[in-house]
Parts: sequence; C-alpha cells; structure tokens
Amino acid sequence: MSNFSSAFSSTLGRKLVMCLTGLFLCSFLIVHLAGNFQLFKNDDGLAFNQYAHFMTHFTPIKVVSYLLYSSIIIHTIWAIVITLMNRKARPISYAIKPKDGSIWSSRNMGILGTILFVFIVVHMANFWYKYHSGETPYIEYRTDINSGATMSKSINESEFTEYVSFVDNGVQVTKSEDLYKEVSNAFQQWWLVIFYVLAMAALAFHLVHGFQSAFQTLGWNHHKYRPLIKFIGLWVFSIGIPLGFAAMPIYLFLFK
Amino acid sequence: MRRERLELAKSQISNLTSQIKIRMSGNMNLTLKVWRQKNSSTSGKFVTYKAPGISPDMSFLEMLDVVNEDLVKKSEDPIQFDHDCREGICGMCSLVINGEPHGPKRATTTCQLHMRSFKDGDTIVIEPWRAAAFPVVKDLAVDRSAFDRIQQAGGYVSIGTGGVPDANEIAIPKVIADEAFNSATCIGCGACVAACKNASAMLFVSAKISQYAMLPQGQPERYARAEAMVLQMDDEGFGSCTNTYACEAQCPKEIKVTNIARMNREFFNAEFIKG
Ligand code: SF4
Ligand code: FES
Repeated sequence: MSNFSSAFSSTLGRKLVMCLTGLFLCSFLIVHLAGNFQLFKNDDGLAFNQYAHFMTHFTPIKVVSYLLYSSIIIHTIWAIVITLMNRKARPISYAIKPKDGSIWSSRNMGILGTILFVFIVVHMANFWYKYHSGETPYIEYRTDINSGATMSKSINESEFTEYVSFVDNGVQVTKSEDLYKEVSNAFQQWWLVIFYVLAMAALAFHLVHGFQSAFQTLGWNHHKYRPLIKFIGLWVFSIGIPLGFAAMPIYLFLFK
Repeated sequence: MRRERLELAKSQISNLTSQIKIRMSGNMNLTLKVWRQKNSSTSGKFVTYKAPGISPDMSFLEMLDVVNEDLVKKSEDPIQFDHDCREGICGMCSLVINGEPHGPKRATTTCQLHMRSFKDGDTIVIEPWRAAAFPVVKDLAVDRSAFDRIQQAGGYVSIGTGGVPDANEIAIPKVIADEAFNSATCIGCGACVAACKNASAMLFVSAKISQYAMLPQGQPERYARAEAMVLQMDDEGFGSCTNTYACEAQCPKEIKVTNIARMNREFFNAEFIKG
C-alpha cells in the first residue's frame, strides 16, 4: 500500500529526514570536538596534525564524511522546503502575534540554521578547502624516543612529498601538513574569534530545541526517557559542546 | 519571601476590590477590533466597535450577542461567529482573542470564557482561525470541513463493537484506557491549528489516531488508519509540526504532544514496517 516516496514526501516523512540528518550531525559534533581537543596540547600541533591526517585519509572515515556533507545539504534544503510549505499553510498572519508559551529557539530554527550554514561555509573555506587544495604549510617533527622531547621546524613544499612518520636513529620523524599552524594563525584575528564564538552561541540555541525535538519526531516521547533526553540535549549538546568549541579559538587567540 | 507574599496579597486584594467595584457599578466598557470579511474570496479588515455596559458574568459569546443585537437594531450586518453547545463540549466555537485561540484562559473554550477575564476599558482584538486549510466563511467563522475529511479518511472502526459494554468488561489496563480517553476528549475545535506557527493540524490528527491505536477495537485498521489520516491531513494543506508545542499550550482540552509522538510512531510503522 505504501511506498518510500510517498512516505518521505509526507509531512511526517520530511520531518523524519530533518530528524535523522540532524541527529547524525549531532553525533559528528562529538567526534569533531573530541578530535579538536588535540589543539589544546602543547606539542606544536603534532597530535592535531596526526589526527587531521587520519581523518582525511582513512577510508571508512572518508565515507562517513561524504555522508556528513550530504546530511548538511539535505538538512538545509529540506528546512527551506518545509519552511516554504509551512508559510503557505498560513497565508494571512495574525494582527496580534500569538502568545503561545513556546521557547524562542523553537520558533527561530531557520534563522539559527542560516547562521550555522554561513558558519559552516566560512569554516570549511578556512580550513577544509585549504587543507584539501594543498595550501597548508608543512612541518617536520623530531621526537626523541627516549626522552620524549619534540622539536619541530617548518619545511617547504620541496621537502615534503607525502605524510610520513618513521624512526631514524631513535628519533621519530614526522612530516606532515601543518593544519595546526593554519588554525592557530587564523585565530590571531579577533573578528574571526568573535564570529566563531557567536556561531557557537547559535549552535547552542539550535540544539536546545533541535536535539529533544528530534526524539519527539522519532516518536520517542516517553515520560521515563523524556527527562534524560532533555538533560542530554541541554547539558551536553547545547552547553557542553558549544562551550568546548568556543574555547578553542579563544585559547588560540590568547595563548598562541 | 515575606515581601513577595505581601505583594501578592496586595495585588489579590486590589484585584478583588476592582472586581467588586465592577460588580457594584455593574458593567464594563470595552472596545472591540473585529475581523470582518464578506466571504472566502474577498479580503477582510478590522472594524472597531464599542461594547458598553458588558457584565463580567457574561460569556465571551454572550458579549458578542449583545454587540450583534445592537448592530441588528441599527440594521447593520451582525458579526458572524461559530458556536453551538456553549458548554465547552462541541468544539464549534473558535476566535483568536488578543493573539490567543480561545482567549487568555488555559483549558477553556471561548464559550466558557467569561468577561471577568477582561478589565473595564480593555481593547480586545478578535480574529478568525487563520490557516489556508480553514478558509473564512464569513467574518470570524471558518470552514473546518478539512477536519471532517480527515476523520472520514480513517477516524472510525469498521467492526461491530456491540452496545455499550459494562464497566471493566474490556481487557485493558486502566492507565491505557485513561490515556485513550484523554486523547478522545479532543473536540476538534482547531485551536491547535490556529495556535501553530505552521498551521499544523498534528495535535488534532494525532489525538484522533491515538484514541483508536490504544484500544482493542481500533486494532484491525490501526496502521491503515494512521496512514490514511496523515495523508489526508497533508492533502488539506496543513503545515508540518516543528515541535514548538504551542498547540498543547492552547488546546482547550489539554491534549498532550505525546499524541504527536505516538502518531509519528504509528505512521512510520505503517510506512516502513507494517505496511
Ligand atoms: S487537539 Fe485540542 S485544540 Fe486541537 S482540535 Fe482537539 S481540542 Fe481543539
Ligand atoms: S460552543 Fe460548543 S465548545 Fe464552545
């Protein structure tokens, strides 16, 4: 009787798409944040650069990253489609704005989402694009295996063929693209730091509504689990994660 | 704390005295801004009316009756609005009053709203339910037959359920019976649509799907019903829910958004698992 295309073109199906792509993006935030904590290490970016290399060269992760890009695009396009259709459902608006007790962010997901989309474009142009197009500088690390002391020096393009890590005479040599330098240089610009912090505030408000809303859409609204979902949505996704991300540009600006 | 309590007591006393004063002097004078629209194909506008000498004991609809009597006497066109039982059970009355469907009192239909909820000198803005799926018939009356068509699509059971069963005859836990009953208290007024920023009908539809999904009599058509009612709802041009929960806040029967979650489960089950 039913088929997938009618299911997904129904209002509930469209909500489901928003919900699943949204939750997938939420799960990515955890991974991204955990990885980016390497930025706080005092190692001239060795750990961070290793992590960046791993994330861009390990096949399963590459597959997931394409899923991620498509999720961002689908989530955005669907949001626009749904918003336009919802507008059509009320052609004449009220003279008096309805007072309805709903929370602000639930009514302004579109604005918050737009800010986040702009942020993602800027963010990817800043780092993802430069990294993938080979515009990042290069660095060589030499870690003494016995003492653990690391020295690093910038190298130029001719000294770098590909990412390598080998042991030479008791010294671990790593040659890598230096995304860390790119990142810490970028965050010497105060306005970029402010832009990032504001975008993370938008993320916080987007997730205050979005996370718990996704479970409602999935039909997972049960008096036993609801408080847990709300708790995770608030403390993990709209406070913990945006704070963690916002701390990075601030840290790099102040201490690097 | 003590200061707060004192302030509260003071404000309660001043409220009471003002109410007593109104009662003693009798009545209040109000200004109404009412949406007037000839029919669905013309555009409407607000018209201002004076409503003098309104008793605080009148219901909101009785207040409008008084204004209408006056209009008729002046051989003007009376304001059209929907109503029937005036007991809060039929779902016929509507009106967005100062931005709130069914007015400022929670869990109360417009017919059960009394003028003591307003103050002497107030200006009250009265609008119809606004939704593409609820075209204006005239003034404040809208055509809610979209709800009927959704019901016709699946809001019934087609098995013979016999006469009214004796109490406790159907094997069903009380909590579930209560839940189903709560869903069944939806009177189909459409305030949820009016309150929703997307003019979504999901609170209504989910209540109607839920009341059967939880009862044994509703099982044979359970998933076909969920599918048919949701698709009919879409065809009527209602928006889709973005979980602001404005509907729950404004529903005169306090239907819960857990019904919407249940509808989602029923529909996804119908589409992806049981269909
Ligand atoms: S769910 Fe509430 S607001 Fe909506 S139609 Fe039913 S009773 Fe009216
Ligand atoms: S007139 Fe029947 S519910 Fe208000």
